[in-house]
Amino acid sequence: MAQPQVLARPKVTTMAAKRRQEALTGYMFMAPALVIFLVFLIIPIGAAVYLSFTDWNGITPVFDEGAYQQVGLDNYRDLLLGEHTEDDGRVVKATTRQRDFFISLKNTTYYVLGVVPTQTLLALILAVIVNQRWLKAKGFFRTAFYFPSITSSVVISIIFMWMFTRGGLINTTIGAVFSGYDSGSFVNWLDDPRGVIHIILEQFGVTRANVGDWASNRSLGLTTWEWLSGPSVTMLTIMILNTWTTIGTMMVIFLAALQNIPSSVYEAAAIDGANAWRIFRQITVPLLRPTTFFVVTLGLIGCFQVFDQIYVISSGGPAKTTLTVAYMVYQNGFNRSAMGLAAATAIILFVIIFAFTLLQRLFVSERANV
Amino acid sequence: MTASTTTAPHERRSPLMTALTVVGWTVLIVFAALEIFPFVFTVANSFKCLPAVQSYPRSIIPVPPFGVECKTETGAARSPGDVSGAVTFNPTLEGYEEIADANLPRWLYNTAIFAVAITIGHLIFDSLAGYALARLKFPGNRLVFYTILGTMMVPAIVLLIPRFIILKELSMLNTYQGLIVPLAVDAFGIFLMKQFFESIPNEIEEAAMVDGANRLTMFFRVVLPMATPALTALAIFSFQGAWNDFLMPLLILSGDSDLWTLTLGLSFLRGAYGETLRWHAFLAGSVLTTLPLALIFFYFQRYFVEGVSYSGLKG
Repeated sequence: MAQPQVLARPKVTTMAAKRRQEALTGYMFMAPALVIFLVFLIIPIGAAVYLSFTDWNGITPVFDEGAYQQVGLDNYRDLLLGEHTEDDGRVVKATTRQRDFFISLKNTTYYVLGVVPTQTLLALILAVIVNQRWLKAKGFFRTAFYFPSITSSVVISIIFMWMFTRGGLINTTIGAVFSGYDSGSFVNWLDDPRGVIHIILEQFGVTRANVGDWASNRSLGLTTWEWLSGPSVTMLTIMILNTWTTIGTMMVIFLAALQNIPSSVYEAAAIDGANAWRIFRQITVPLLRPTTFFVVTLGLIGCFQVFDQIYVISSGGPAKTTLTVAYMVYQNGFNRSAMGLAAATAIILFVIIFAFTLLQRLFVSERANV
Repeated sequence: MTASTTTAPHERRSPLMTALTVVGWTVLIVFAALEIFPFVFTVANSFKCLPAVQSYPRSIIPVPPFGVECKTETGAARSPGDVSGAVTFNPTLEGYEEIADANLPRWLYNTAIFAVAITIGHLIFDSLAGYALARLKFPGNRLVFYTILGTMMVPAIVLLIPRFIILKELSMLNTYQGLIVPLAVDAFGIFLMKQFFESIPNEIEEAAMVDGANRLTMFFRVVLPMATPALTALAIFSFQGAWNDFLMPLLILSGDSDLWTLTLGLSFLRGAYGETLRWHAFLAGSVLTTLPLALIFFYFQRYFVEGVSYSGLKG
């Protein structure tokens, strides 16, 4: 196509043509990825934001006349605001939507706070041990720890459900070890809505009745006592499941980073007379900081979205104590025909995940400068 | 910490080192057991009949002499909990038969089709895109790269509803292509391939270009064969991800039981069973779902571990 020009000014135009040719090839190579990303990722993100400002029910075809109304920020208000006074003086009562949202946020937060630090710490400890010079059979342990990571979340959920049934493997095994623990006192792992912190407090004689009036104060739809429940026993079971599954992946990531630290660094420290604990605190941990950031980010993103295990094991029950934000999105959208509300919930979840990741980044980089 | 006073720590072990070694071994063995035993018990119990699963979940080896038969003298199936007489049992394939009757072969077939198709999609499209981003200059190159990287941050649950609408409008709900097309490209794979192409020298491609090969020919004849290690890692991750995926099949294929995948089928079966769970069948289904991946894992273990390590180091 650029033939005549090539003849006229060979050198320059060949370069230009070559560049144009390269750009064209670039777009051609990118095309399939770009089209799929555009249709199934970029447009959906925009559509999710748009839908969150509507009251679409998810059943009427979305392009039909009057399929939905623009409702502005109503969905967000329903989810986030409690009883409040509008500009015109009208008092708007809090909805069960708000209560459900904060229940799910509470559950998800306990889940994240329990799982992320535990899995990161355990993975780090295991990686440090596997990395020791004296350890034989490194490959065996790496395989053993990593294997659960390749199994599907649905299968793991089924296996855990089976193990944790009332008369199941876990309870009977504990019962075989501790004589006082029998079928009369078995923990009902899969169907116990009591909060773990509440249970512990009860051991010390602290109950809702005697703790004082402050516990009945309501904020964001829940009483202070409810906020302080801790994860329910059933949620705890799902937390154990997730920690158990992900330790392996995180351990392998830590192990790779550990093996990347040149042994000369350790040798220099040893010559300077640093002991093992100081080497770990002052060399290993700082050098692992980027990896830790990556592992924690991975953990946060994964945990905030916990869905599969909830769907299979508990469907949000008992008594909504395993209702997570992600599961609520699904429930509102597909079981309760409130797609607009579900979209708003999903957007809020995205903002939360994004904020946590940023916060973490700030925290980690600040620490790195010290 | 007396161990620190020696400058050559590997020469002789102090008592403290010995103690630490013992503690280290103990921790590792305990955790390895915790990670592995659930699978051991699952396999063992998948070969028991329901009463044996419920009453003796902890027996790992089905050893003769056989006590409890899975059927009573009259040939009827024993009711759950009826284990009168003895504590052992006959190994049986009842669980496997039951799950096969529940349409598991069909789910297996569907899952294989999805996983293979999505993996092929990733191998071709991710490496094309990764190559373009690594080697070709085109306007918007960096913008595209950062956009793709950014999409990795977006939770799948945000995309759930809009994807559902788009697939519905395209009449792709409850079809094979409905699951395959949206997942045929992924950001992680593009990122992985871009990193790989940037790590290999450019000379061979330049030489091929001088020979007059066009980019596309050269890509398939020269570049891809060099990328075998990266492609293997990508294939394994893609296959594993597609095989285990639950949310997308749930969204797209729920309406047609002929298209259910293994994860979808098992989870719906759990819903259908309700409180009276047929554990022997469930455990058999779990074993069959995991087995293909387990075989691939043990064969390609190095690539799994290297791939995970690689993603961690880049992060």
